[in-house]
Amino acid sequence: MTMRLCLSGVGKTFTMHLRDGIELPVLRNVELAVSEGECVVLTGPSGAGKSTILRMIYGNYLADEGQILVVDGEKIVDVAAAPPRRVLDLRHRMIAYVSQFLRAVPRVAAIDVVAEPLRLRGILPEIARNRAAALLERLNLPERLWSLPPATFSGGEQQRVNIARGFVTDHPILILDEPTASLDATNRDIIAELIEERRESGAAMLGIFHDAALRRRVATRAVDVGAFAPA
Amino acid sequence: MQAPIQSPTQATENDDDLPLLRASGVTQFYGNRVGCRDVSFELWPGEVLAIVGESGSGKSTLLNCLSGRLIPTAGVVEYRMRDGHARNVFSLSEAERRFLARTDWGFVHQDARDGLRMTVSAGGNVGERLMAVGARNYGDIRGQARDWLGRVEIDSDRIDDRPDTFSGGMRQRLQIARNLVTGPRLVFMDEPTSGLDVSVQARLLDLLRGLVADLGLAAILVTHDLAVARMISHRLMVMRAGEVIESGLTDQVLDDPQSPYAQLLVASVLQP
Repeated sequence: MTMRLCLSGVGKTFTMHLRDGIELPVLRNVELAVSEGECVVLTGPSGAGKSTILRMIYGNYLADEGQILVVDGEKIVDVAAAPPRRVLDLRHRMIAYVSQFLRAVPRVAAIDVVAEPLRLRGILPEIARNRAAALLERLNLPERLWSLPPATFSGGEQQRVNIARGFVTDHPILILDEPTASLDATNRDIIAELIEERRESGAAMLGIFHDAALRRRVATRAVDVGAFAPA
Repeated sequence: MQAPIQSPTQATENDDDLPLLRASGVTQFYGNRVGCRDVSFELWPGEVLAIVGESGSGKSTLLNCLSGRLIPTAGVVEYRMRDGHARNVFSLSEAERRFLARTDWGFVHQDARDGLRMTVSAGGNVGERLMAVGARNYGDIRGQARDWLGRVEIDSDRIDDRPDTFSGGMRQRLQIARNLVTGPRLVFMDEPTSGLDVSVQARLLDLLRGLVADLGLAAILVTHDLAVARMISHRLMVMRAGEVIESGLTDQVLDDPQSPYAQLLVASVLQP
């Protein structure tokens, strides 16, 4: 198995300047590697820093120390030290992120929200929309909603749009932050299938799943974030 | 987490690895008062950079310097011309700079009246920029003007109406059409959505977001609205008292601001 993602000595402390500069150490010495075909789940109580790890990998939290290495073809990129432009490029080609919540763009139809990552990779609008439609159908999002902006959708509907957006491309690394939090059992099963398919096709996945049954089904390995608690 | 704005489709080893614009030590004094001080950054093709900060933080001064509308007290702004050569914007002749501003650059003003000719028809406003780059065929010019009005969602039956009969949102869209018709590579925008109703703002932002992505435009956008920055920019610079105090990926600066001022700015936004 080829390693795709490797965190080494990663630490994070939040400094709350508006609270007299209080320092909140959250993580230290995070050691974690994910290879192709793995789905690693992070476990630990809420507040342990699970989401923080995911966000540092995606580059929307800064790591204070350590390295976050992404194997990008022949090159290895350290997200923790890469300039913004390089991180954007990684997001474009290498790392996809499915979060709990969709930050909807006004006026953009659900199907186009899903198709956008394909469009940005230069795929023709027609083909991109067809792929988006197939995924939305699989996720049981009623077709009458496809042409509407997701802002007014229910939590579960928005989440399915978000999942479709994350799974529509074939990014080699997939970060999943509680993708099934507001879904019913049927839809959870479909997400599990999607994750299994990506795993089998060689994606490296790292996620947080509170649903124990789903976790057992998709995870190849669990990492307890408690091990990275600051002293 | 948001649906992030994706990176421009480049970043391979080619021409795109050279910045389109490079600012070094840009400093503007008004007498002994600081407009902006020692601002340096690079902008690549297809990137949207937002400059945020409160009124008086120097963001508009900086934008005016970057776009050659104001010659700074010190510093250099290099722009990579279409021939691939980087030229210092301030050592261009006035005529060269004007030509650049009319062709390869766009400038969208906060007040559309500053960017439009209010007594000339909508079609004329768009066509004028085409004529400035040598278009002469009336039918072509009118056809392109009509096409661009459509792209900014202005009904083509308004082509002969003057912008002083337009609503604020329509004027702003017309200003955008006028700027984009010549196929610029870089657009400067000074608070393009402030002063508009929220629903009109959303429409304009969505339109800008789509155009910027479709055309692969680079843009430098000044705004005091962090939500606007989040929606359409890749990178963010936070200014205070004339200086850049924090910069980075837009969602990183907004989700994990490092400096006391950026934290205050983010914490002060009302979340609807």
